[in-house]
Amino acid sequence: MNQKQKSKTTKQPPQKTEIRLSGSGGQGLILAGIILAEAAAIYDGVNAIQTQSYGPEARGGASKSEVIISTNEILYPKTTRLDYLLALNQESCDKYARDLKEKGLLIVDSGAVEHVPPVHSIRLPLVKTAREKVGRVMTTNIVSLGALVGISHIVSPKSLEKAVLSRVPKGTEQLNLKALKLGFEMAEEIRERFED
Amino acid sequence: MTQPLVLNYLRAKKQFPHVWCPGCGHGVVMGSLIRSIDKLELNKDNVVMVSGIGCSSRMTAYVDFNTLHTLHGRPIAFATGLKLAKPELPVIVITGDGDATAIGGNHFIHAARRNIDLTVILMNNNIYGMTGGQISPTTPYGGRGSTAKIGNPEHPFDICKLAIAAGASFVARSTAYHVPALDRLIQQALENKGFSLVEIFSQCPTYEGKWNKRGDAAAMLKYYKETAVPVASKSRYSEEELKEKFLIGVLHNEPKPEFTSEYEKIIEKYQSQLEMKNMSREKVEDESETKKQNDKTTATED
Amino acid sequence: MPEKAILMQGNEACAEGAIAAGCRFFAGYPITPSTEIAESLSEKLPSVGGKFIQMEDEIGSIGAVLGASVAGLKAMTATSGPGFSLMQEGIGFACMAEIPAVIINVMRGGPSTGLPTKTSQGDIMQARWGTHGDHFLIALIPESVKESFYLTIKAFNLSEKYRVPVILLLDEAIGHMREKIFLPEYSDLLLENRVIPMLPPQWYKPYEVTPDFITPMAPFGTGYRYNITGLTHDEMGFPTSKENEIVANMNKLRDKILRSAGDIVDHEALYTDDANTLVIAYGSGSRSAKEAVEYLRSRRRKVGFFRPITIWPFPEKELAQIIKKVDQVFVVEMNQGQIIDVVRKVECFHKKIFGINRYDGEMITPNQIISKIREAR
Repeated sequence: MNQKQKSKTTKQPPQKTEIRLSGSGGQGLILAGIILAEAAAIYDGVNAIQTQSYGPEARGGASKSEVIISTNEILYPKTTRLDYLLALNQESCDKYARDLKEKGLLIVDSGAVEHVPPVHSIRLPLVKTAREKVGRVMTTNIVSLGALVGISHIVSPKSLEKAVLSRVPKGTEQLNLKALKLGFEMAEEIRERFED
Repeated sequence: MTQPLVLNYLRAKKQFPHVWCPGCGHGVVMGSLIRSIDKLELNKDNVVMVSGIGCSSRMTAYVDFNTLHTLHGRPIAFATGLKLAKPELPVIVITGDGDATAIGGNHFIHAARRNIDLTVILMNNNIYGMTGGQISPTTPYGGRGSTAKIGNPEHPFDICKLAIAAGASFVARSTAYHVPALDRLIQQALENKGFSLVEIFSQCPTYEGKWNKRGDAAAMLKYYKETAVPVASKSRYSEEELKEKFLIGVLHNEPKPEFTSEYEKIIEKYQSQLEMKNMSREKVEDESETKKQNDKTTATED
Repeated sequence: MPEKAILMQGNEACAEGAIAAGCRFFAGYPITPSTEIAESLSEKLPSVGGKFIQMEDEIGSIGAVLGASVAGLKAMTATSGPGFSLMQEGIGFACMAEIPAVIINVMRGGPSTGLPTKTSQGDIMQARWGTHGDHFLIALIPESVKESFYLTIKAFNLSEKYRVPVILLLDEAIGHMREKIFLPEYSDLLLENRVIPMLPPQWYKPYEVTPDFITPMAPFGTGYRYNITGLTHDEMGFPTSKENEIVANMNKLRDKILRSAGDIVDHEALYTDDANTLVIAYGSGSRSAKEAVEYLRSRRRKVGFFRPITIWPFPEKELAQIIKKVDQVFVVEMNQGQIIDVVRKVECFHKKIFGINRYDGEMITPNQIISKIREAR
């Protein structure tokens, strides 16, 4: 009937990236996860799955949105070992940093996270940039995405821009593009600093 | 004259004798309902009758319409879906005091609140007849039944007041005695575009009569005759006197927007929104199509 | 137009699948984790001329769905555990009165209010035996967003064809996960519509026992004035207490499903030709199970995989063919063990059958499955 035998193709070493975006409920991280997954799955044309925590957790406290991006089919949809962790508050940083791979990267908001655990990490003024340079603190999620993608290139910046435009509320497009650009610029500075 | 008219609307072949006891008021209500439908010249093929569980709800098997005999307490829920799906069909709900206000109380008040165009014919005999005489939400304080043998410690619903408070646009009451008035009230209810309730006091000599020592059917009808006060004559009685009586006639008639018609407007709004979206999308696609064509040319050039 | 890629939630895919299947009526009551289906259809349905209503509770919801179906519309509801419990009397009515309806249950942890936001597969047996009395119905269980779309369509097709309620069991993980899906052109889809009577009304028997046990169904308001009841009924739809008519009624409800099992039942099997170990999983758990099987295969372990897609009726014959060739069986479930009993019934050779279970609200992981299989050695 539905009997199918999978042919054993010699697979490319799978390119699988696991990302968790965390912070407080209401910071737009669920939307950020959706945008990231859409950039990968629809505009970059690879596979992506987005999942999130629901319920009381999603209303304040530590909220999380997870994205897996892979060139192969993704079966188990939750993250196991993180390549990237974004933490916008201390609580989520403390709770999730241990899930990072040895070579994983932690990106924290420099204003909200004081104590950074001993892992590879970058501190960025994400909330401050959204509040002061974009003028709207609610764009923190998009600034963060810009920074994350600028640093990691887990999706192409062009795809990310398309996904942002397709998912943000009507009338906020310009604002969010500005936030995205500032995020990219922040990443650029970091890259330059590392290359020096 | 009456007999052939009623026969026109009955499923005479297999469904008789009916389950109603001798002296039961429900047959009178069925006759009145049939005359009203006939008077309004509703097409039998269109009339939908939905009932729940109980003595009154057995009516659906006897009448020659589109009949749906549902679950205990649920006829209004089924009727809501049916009416919304096909608003052009007149939908009549046949129910009782237990069916509509105990197990089905939630559906009853919410259908009234929505003001969906259903005509609810509620036969109130203050007792559960089908299961053998247990008290219902309309059994009077102190009234008796097989589950309250020495008197009901609870207080009853006034179903009409309940329906009015819940938002019904047409509410009327009559009895199995006041038949010509009942005919007119049912017609009015059928004509109202919105949630209409006709509560009919319908005697149950078998259980209500026996448990409460109210005599036979004739005695019970006589009680209805003597205790009912037409709304128009209300002013002739003092407050004190009215406490021992009940009102009959149109108790509430306040038309307001009806649910299924309001929903049609929702459909129109969404469809015109969709049309606009499609139009702008087509435009974008046309543009991107030309762009793609251009891209293709450059690609082959490469 | 080519297929369009969309990033979509499992719940949204159900809503989209319903529209594609021709569903034009939804009645429901908000409940986590199924609410997105209602939210989505509250816009999608009126856009295609369909109807949406938020009812006062789940009992009213299933009632309204069945009423709309009697009026001739393809109708559905969506709910989760506690609401699914409340719908059981209506589901029984649909079985008895042979009214098509699709019920989506996005499973969360139970019993009672349980774990509203967490995943579970605790309602497998409730889907089969939730309502009282002998009865037969169909239940399907998807493992992905894509399958949520296609199985919603299949649920409507089967429901319309066999005049039976069809239950689609998602679990929270599938309902809420977002994945890429390619939506087909809807005009290309194969859709079933209920058979309507061709006979003139005076000859119409709404519950006639036909050779294939499927009786044409006349929508109300089309000239066929007949009776529908939840009471045991004769061929005309009127209550009966005659023994021969009771038995005919009961057998019809059973045989229309069991004799068509070949058409209804669907499953997926992988690597079963040479397998000595079989992993059985369904819903979101099958994703972890497949990952585990792939891993064990890469380590040269002869592990096969079996997934019921139609969970009721269970693909017993299909499983029996495979199970007789293996030495041990692992049944992966996100409950304390429900389908494992069905597997025990199918497997009558006294082979080793192990349950791999998780019921803490989280998805079972590939590692959990791999280590259990290794332990058993």
